[in-house]
Amino acid sequence: MSPRAARLWISSPPLVYLLVFFAIPALIMVLASFRYAGELGGLAPLVGSGDPDELAGLTLENYQRFFGDSIYLELFLKSFLYASTTTVLCLVLAYPLALTIARSHAKWRDLLVLLVILPFWSNFLIRVYAWMIILGPQSAFTRVFNGALGLAGIEPVALLFSPVAVVIGLVYVHLPFMVLPLYANLEKHDPSLLDAAQDLGAGAWQRFWRVTFPLSLPGVYAGAALVFIPALGIFAIPDILGGTDGLLVGNVIKQQFLDARDWPFGSVLSIVLTVLAVLFAGMAAWVARGQRL
Amino acid sequence: MRRRPWLVWTAGVLTYLFLYVPLIIVVVYSFNDSRLNAEWVGFTTHWYGELLRDEQMIEAAWNSLLIGVVASAVSTVLGTMAGYAIYRFRLRLLPILVVMPIAIPEILMGVSLLIFFVMLNLTLGLVSIILSHIAFCVGFVAIVVRSRLSGMDESLIEAARDLGATPVQAFRLVTLPLIMPGIVAGALMAFTLSIDDFVITFFTAGVDSVTLPLQIYSMIKIAVTPEVNAVSTLLMLLTLVLIVIATRLAPGSFRGK
Repeated sequence: MSPRAARLWISSPPLVYLLVFFAIPALIMVLASFRYAGELGGLAPLVGSGDPDELAGLTLENYQRFFGDSIYLELFLKSFLYASTTTVLCLVLAYPLALTIARSHAKWRDLLVLLVILPFWSNFLIRVYAWMIILGPQSAFTRVFNGALGLAGIEPVALLFSPVAVVIGLVYVHLPFMVLPLYANLEKHDPSLLDAAQDLGAGAWQRFWRVTFPLSLPGVYAGAALVFIPALGIFAIPDILGGTDGLLVGNVIKQQFLDARDWPFGSVLSIVLTVLAVLFAGMAAWVARGQRL
Repeated sequence: MRRRPWLVWTAGVLTYLFLYVPLIIVVVYSFNDSRLNAEWVGFTTHWYGELLRDEQMIEAAWNSLLIGVVASAVSTVLGTMAGYAIYRFRLRLLPILVVMPIAIPEILMGVSLLIFFVMLNLTLGLVSIILSHIAFCVGFVAIVVRSRLSGMDESLIEAARDLGATPVQAFRLVTLPLIMPGIVAGALMAFTLSIDDFVITFFTAGVDSVTLPLQIYSMIKIAVTPEVNAVSTLLMLLTLVLIVIATRLAPGSFRGK
């Protein structure tokens, strides 16, 4: 077998599979966003549909609807806010953990990393469901929390089905995405830099903010992208832990596809989400590259 | 621990607690003799027995198993080919196609596959779920196999070729045995991902096919019973066993999901 033939035979099957079951569906979704919804929902049939005056049954109506109503802009803004809050909280929680692992003895590190990854391999729904128990109205946590509020003279609050529950769920599910890239970065730091800083009179606080943290920025950006992008499109967490007013982009996409059955508009929302995700990934990569100079 | 990092250390330990306490609560309550997930009443295995009598749950488990076995088998073959091709040849499109499904929000793949299957007039069910699972598992297998290959000593292949092995023989007798742990780890990973997948399955399952995550979802949404705790505990146990095997075979392969 010539190298060319080998190359063709080995790379074609996965290539064809991913073209058919990933790339083509994605392109069809782009096409769908320019089409009309079918009479019974879904998509209008490709041939002989729509207004005959329209060019091949294509329309900009769905995009006009998206950009014409501030409701959808607000929806994306809200999702953006939830995803950013999640990213910041993940960073605050993940940093000490990553630092602990990176500074612990070499023989413990692999085990400590594995301990971060393990919960994240348990089923996603189970991890969200666990918070339903913890934040539920009768749980010990909620009673203690509301008891504390009562001592402070504040009315008891419902924790479950609230924005707070959604953010806790988002942070919980995405935390390992932040810990791992941070750890990978922190592990490579040269400890003699900290010794040098100490010799030059830097206190612990200064050593952290002027040596460790700036050096760890590529890890921070990588982690931020890994948390922010999936958090932006999530629908199951607001669906399970959120209240009725806690719908995010993912929930509305789900509604458009499964309940309202307006697929063209659902496609528009999905495409805007994709564009944002790719934009943020690109931005994180670009900023991280700049930092490495 | 040269400096006094007790503050950082305490925060680190608290974060581990944050990661594990919720899961421990699920496991503990799966043995709780109470309908409510509120406080500990007494020990029972009643909810596990309840699981075995729940026909829908059994059907969901069989579906998940079937989907997991078929999807992981096919994606292991395709993913190994992809990982090898990316390692060996200079390719433009394949490396991008392999990571894209992993990089974008899952819901996008779910809805685009939904449109695609409906356009093809394919009845949504086990087949569409399996086809979708293969599509997102291939990339993970390819990445594990690719990293295993890059750790391989290239001179072994050259030695085999010098001794008269054909490229196919060199692959079969040298490369394949060397990367086998990576392939098996990739297969286990694909199986775990398939068994656990909720989002993409949710969109491609149609109305008649139920998998374990879909069943758990509808139980959570409609009425929470401790049966959810029991099935969750079993599912966690299964995943744990698979990961331990995979990490033994190919250390580091479960680093990034």
